[in-house]
Amino acid sequence: MYKSLEEICREAKRRNKEFWELILEDDCEERQVERESSFAAMLGMYQAMKEADASYEAERYSSSKLVGSDGAKLHEAVKNKQTICGDFLGTVMEKAVKMGESNACMKRIVAAPTAGACGVVPAVFLSMQEAYGYTDEKMVQALYVAAGIGGVIASRAFIAGAQGGCQAEIGSASSMAAGGAVFLRGGGEEAIVHAAAMAMKNLLGLACDPVAGLVEVPCVKRNVVGAVNALSSADMALAGIRSKIPPDEVIDAMRSVGLELPSCIRETGMGGLAATPTGIRIREEISGRTEK
Amino acid sequence: MNIFDIIGPVMVGPSSSHTAGAVKIGQIGRKLLGERVKKADIYLHGSFLATGKGHGTDKALVAGLLGMAVDDKRIPASFEIAGQEGLEFSFHSIVLQDAHPNSVKMLLWGESGKETEMVAASIGGGRIRVCEIDGLKANFYGDLPTLVVRNQDKPGHVVKVTSLLGEKGINIATMQLYRDIRGGHAVMVIELDQEIPEGFLDWLKEQEGIEKVTYLSQEEKDYV
Repeated sequence: MYKSLEEICREAKRRNKEFWELILEDDCEERQVERESSFAAMLGMYQAMKEADASYEAERYSSSKLVGSDGAKLHEAVKNKQTICGDFLGTVMEKAVKMGESNACMKRIVAAPTAGACGVVPAVFLSMQEAYGYTDEKMVQALYVAAGIGGVIASRAFIAGAQGGCQAEIGSASSMAAGGAVFLRGGGEEAIVHAAAMAMKNLLGLACDPVAGLVEVPCVKRNVVGAVNALSSADMALAGIRSKIPPDEVIDAMRSVGLELPSCIRETGMGGLAATPTGIRIREEISGRTEK
Repeated sequence: MNIFDIIGPVMVGPSSSHTAGAVKIGQIGRKLLGERVKKADIYLHGSFLATGKGHGTDKALVAGLLGMAVDDKRIPASFEIAGQEGLEFSFHSIVLQDAHPNSVKMLLWGESGKETEMVAASIGGGRIRVCEIDGLKANFYGDLPTLVVRNQDKPGHVVKVTSLLGEKGINIATMQLYRDIRGGHAVMVIELDQEIPEGFLDWLKEQEGIEKVTYLSQEEKDYV
């Protein structure tokens, strides 16, 4: 996998190839597979995202009962034209919550890059396909863009909340989705990596503080912020706005911030929201239930 | 790591470490046993114990023992399916010394009476590590064909095994040696680039001083 977004941009220019194509070729090299086979595997990921979105169950709650049915509430709000954010962003939010809830309810999802952040990329991608009518082929190309960005983040920093806090999960997912969204709207390599950088910058320092240690509160709703932030970052980049700090340096900053985060806010369920009186009460109720 | 670790895997939620990793540990336990699991005593440690229930770690481990993949939609129903397929299981708590927070110890019995004991950890992003087999240290990730040979700690065993692997054209990726005490039990853990041919395991088992041979194949078998 590439270790630098700058290097991807340089290679794209030098070899006159698109961002997604470089990532595809790199995958073929790394796993020793044909282009068709790599592309088919990525299409499989996109189809699995679609299936997960379509198979949301409004009545289903997680085993802790902490999350469930919120996607259906957003669906109603969007349908009745009640959202301040409008139809498009309303749909993005709805899909993000639905996927996060499906994950918490032990349904089948696509980790992107993690299970906790699985709602961000599909919320952005599926909503954009519905709104703009892109082909599946184009969507798969965008997934390569997202994967390329995520690969650089995983190489330079981390994508696990236990290592770098939520910025490493929702932050990375948001960065990946932002780059993919720019590609879909016809932005070039530079705009792609700057959208990724801006999305990451906006979420630097985000704590991983799940109540009772479960991938539920606040994880499900954080998928919304990741998705919406990806789109606003993409729009900024498409408008010509650039990150003053170069994209690779932003990722390095995410790593250094992650290393400085105390362990209580790195997926231990000991700090932040998990350590509030209500968070502690919920944890005790759940462990009481488990003992019985 | 490759790009399908970034976009992917397709998995049943909610956690790559506590759910998908747990399924993989179960699968590896089943493959190490090399036959259908009849009975499993499962000991959860650390975070697996504390938050395992909410993450479906228990269901995921049983699903893996039944041979399900990480994206199998039947994972949440694995307890019922275990009942139908005659897999008897029980969960316990344990404190393992110096273990990764997401660790589990499993005692497994197969339908022909084979037994295996293993300790494994889910180390993040769905990746796992086998830490102990039959009470002796091991250290492998389960993503390559892996041969685990337990023998008496005497000269000559390593060369016997490795030279035959060489003769069969099988390349060794990594190799580790452990023992409990001098002259006691030793174990070699050999990760391979190719699957070993039929008959190799039987030949190995008959060799003097070899106590037990366990093989983790990457080929899917349903042991029916």
